[in-house]
Amino acid sequence: MTSYPDWWKFLFGRLTLESFPYHEPILVVTFAVVLLGGLALVALITKYKLWGYLWHEWFTSVDHKKIGIMYMILGVIMLLRGFADALMMRGQQAIAFAGNEGYLPPHHYDQIFTAHGVIMIFFVAMPFVTGLMNYVVPLQIGARDVAFPFLNNFSFWMTVGGAVLIMASLFIGEFAKVGWLAYPPLSGAAYSPGVGMDYYLWGLQIAGIGTTLSGVNLIATIVKMRAPGMDMMKMPVFTWTSLCTNVLIVATFPILAATLALLTLDRYVGTNFFTNDLGGNPMMYVNLIWIWGHPEVYILILPIFGVYSEVASTFCGKRLFGYASMVYATVVITILSYLVWLHHFFTMGSGASVNSFFGITTMIISIPTGAKIFNWLFTMYRGRIRFELPMMWLLAFMITFVIGGMTGVMLAVPPADFVLHNSLFLIAHFHNVIIGGVVFGVFAGIAYWFPKAFGFKLDRFWGVLSFWFWVIGFYVAFMPLYILGLMGVTRRLSRFEDPSLQIWFVIAAMGAVLIALGIACFLIQIGVSILRREQLRDTTGDPWDGRTLEWSTSSPPPAYNFAFTPIVHDLDAWADMKKRGYTRPLAGFRPIHMPRNTGAGVIIAGLATLCGFALIWYIWWLAALSFVSVLAAVIIHTFNYDRDFHIAADEVVQAEDARTQLLARA
Amino acid sequence: MSQNQAEAQGGHHDAHHDGHDAHGAAHGSMRGYVTGFLLSVVLTAIPFWLVMNDVLSNSTLTAIVIMLFAAVQIVVHMVYFLHMNGRSEGGWTMLALIFTILIVAIALAGSLWVMYHLNTNMMPDMHRM
Amino acid sequence: MMAQATAKAAGTAPAFYVTEEEHAHPGGSTMLGFWLYLMSDCLVFAVLFATYGVLGRNYAAGPSGADLFDLKLVAVNTAMLLFSSITYGFAMLAMDKGRQAAMQGWLVVTALFGLAFLGIELYEFAHLIHEGATPMRSAFLSSFFTLVGTHGLHVTFGLIWLTVLMVQVSQHGLIEANRRRLMCLSMFWHFLDVVWIGVFTFVYLMGVLK
Repeated sequence: MTSYPDWWKFLFGRLTLESFPYHEPILVVTFAVVLLGGLALVALITKYKLWGYLWHEWFTSVDHKKIGIMYMILGVIMLLRGFADALMMRGQQAIAFAGNEGYLPPHHYDQIFTAHGVIMIFFVAMPFVTGLMNYVVPLQIGARDVAFPFLNNFSFWMTVGGAVLIMASLFIGEFAKVGWLAYPPLSGAAYSPGVGMDYYLWGLQIAGIGTTLSGVNLIATIVKMRAPGMDMMKMPVFTWTSLCTNVLIVATFPILAATLALLTLDRYVGTNFFTNDLGGNPMMYVNLIWIWGHPEVYILILPIFGVYSEVASTFCGKRLFGYASMVYATVVITILSYLVWLHHFFTMGSGASVNSFFGITTMIISIPTGAKIFNWLFTMYRGRIRFELPMMWLLAFMITFVIGGMTGVMLAVPPADFVLHNSLFLIAHFHNVIIGGVVFGVFAGIAYWFPKAFGFKLDRFWGVLSFWFWVIGFYVAFMPLYILGLMGVTRRLSRFEDPSLQIWFVIAAMGAVLIALGIACFLIQIGVSILRREQLRDTTGDPWDGRTLEWSTSSPPPAYNFAFTPIVHDLDAWADMKKRGYTRPLAGFRPIHMPRNTGAGVIIAGLATLCGFALIWYIWWLAALSFVSVLAAVIIHTFNYDRDFHIAADEVVQAEDARTQLLARA
Repeated sequence: MSQNQAEAQGGHHDAHHDGHDAHGAAHGSMRGYVTGFLLSVVLTAIPFWLVMNDVLSNSTLTAIVIMLFAAVQIVVHMVYFLHMNGRSEGGWTMLALIFTILIVAIALAGSLWVMYHLNTNMMPDMHRM
Repeated sequence: MMAQATAKAAGTAPAFYVTEEEHAHPGGSTMLGFWLYLMSDCLVFAVLFATYGVLGRNYAAGPSGADLFDLKLVAVNTAMLLFSSITYGFAMLAMDKGRQAAMQGWLVVTALFGLAFLGIELYEFAHLIHEGATPMRSAFLSSFFTLVGTHGLHVTFGLIWLTVLMVQVSQHGLIEANRRRLMCLSMFWHFLDVVWIGVFTFVYLMGVLK
């Protein structure tokens, strides 16, 4: 190590030339690819003069639809990164047997499994569900935007800021080597002195602020902005599950923020919350992080349950079976999810009374979840089922999720958990529920609402291909892990002694390759659909014979969503309107009051990200400067009172006339 | 149950909340603020007095009593300063508050229970000390 | 809703959309949204209280609360915060009556009490650190400084916000947007007082009890 002069340390903190991993061939190649790809993208955008368009129409947009789409794009990009990590792990474990070291040294392997977990949960699953909620909820409740449109834009860019920090760690310094929840004392200053843990902390902290604010925003939207007549028990199920999810977000992400802040203090200030010395207690971190962590899994799955419910009733052509029981089950899950967190650390040493309490509550929570499965089954019973893509994902989900649920109940039994804890059985279980539940549901949601968002359906052939690769790939990749887990193989190992285990890892790696093909087919599906968009065009605004209000407007909806605010008389409002002879209004349009776009969200989030970067590298002057800039930017933003405008009546007339012509063509 | 309440209030579009600023009387009255203030002074002074002068000479009892005073004072602040009631924002603020109190109680009591158990089981020596 | 009732009675197609454009309501959700934010802040404090509850007796052979806390100082500090609460209340009453100058005056008084509170707290912290009772000394002191300090940080942000609002009121007067902001800050300010009840009871008073 060369020593750097003081002025360097002042200017750049602990950032040195050695921080750039030019000696790691894998990273150098990745960097080259990312750099070339990035340059090509920038060149294309510049060539076609798209910067202004992107800035004015997308980045600064406060339109919930555009923000929702941007969340989905973020999710897809991060899925590629997170999945690349998964492939590398599967490859390493498939070959690292009997003296073969594999191709990943331990310090690199450890970063990969940490990054995989963090990215998949915080920057893939969360943007996907937030994106779906953002896009769909205001349309479903007949609103023109969310309650706080600027805040929505800001939340999105904070999420991006967190993702940028995590991605930056790939090429500047390193990422954490501690597992996705970063338990101390390993994650404390004594055992993880590098910048990796600090990337983790600030990346999650910045993204978490965005998530919390977006939760507040969507609750206020659902509570205050429903169309007249839509009382609580007339809300679409997806809106209901979104409401419960956002309640969970607002009531748990602060817990994560505070817990990570305490760990940050341990690392930066030298306090003793989670250290082994001077009265600190690392177990307290595990306790706190899971008070957030367990509700978090319901944050991911509840909105997806909503997606499945919408899909089931639409493609079976009838009302959802047991709407009220679905709502009650969701509310019960919301509350129960706070009473089960200890099942993540049964083995940490609580007494029998504590372990049995949390074991029993965990088993209880499977009851409302099971009730939902029956609701979907009975919705299908005697329905006219159309096997479109979303419906296929629903069926795959119901089968897969039930398996995941059953292994979950097995893990809920404390004595069984003592055997299975931290084994590959656990890994198989949670991938079973997250892939079989959340990911399948996100794909169902994308296939279902894509025509609404873009005005044309997704190509069926490539979608079906993607579906089968995903579903088969999932089983091939994760069933071997159940078996390995039962044989006692623990998680996070980068090499193995026993050659008899290898075959299972090879099979699992093949499964991962199948899933990779599934992802490739999904991307091809998007590309093919864009090329074939004229054949796939949805002129009606209601391509699936939908039942909720988002299908009553055009595809894609106009900026103002609804020229006239709808009045709701029944559950499945749009189905009711179609049945009772609703006619679309053709005259009498008025100017519509809308929020104005603003760049403040991008700027504030950018400064916050810069502040995070400076703190990670101990560049104190930059940290102070960017923090003061954040404060100043927020204050300056509050001096802007001119935040909305009216869409002129003729513009509305124009948009609505265009739709009239489109409908006539259909 | 929360649904019923919500149902009764639900479906109101923004327009229906027009009257809210008025009925909220959201900012209370001079009488309310002064009452709240005086109650708070009393409810603060008594626990300080109990502890500083060691009045009850039993620390567990003192702890319970001052916690009760704190609970009452929190209610006083909620009512007189934060103007909590079941009507503002169609009952949603109250519902949010009750939910939060529930979660706070679970997090506090749960953490103490869990960590106490861990300490007794995993570090028996420390407890004997 | 009227339309619904009549439609059902008559059996004709009911109204499916609002023909009269209702008056726009920018900020109609602000109070609820801000309340939800405060509830989320409660959870932050819940974590800090829980941490203090679990680690608050881990003195690591260092000083305990009984050795360190000066209850008279805490009583004065509590009084400052309580005074600032009621003066903010008076400011809101003045706002209701549209008396802008009186309101600004009460806000200044509130800010002064807030500053006094912060000053006393900083004095206390400096005193403790000077005696060697630093946040690094033991888990008890880590959790003490973090809980009380986080509350103090909230008060600091409240004061910055208060100053900004006073400038905005002087620029634009008591317009609807400013009233809404003042009401949000009012909730924030009283909320901090509620948290302080927990702090002085749970940390200071119970910390002194043997």
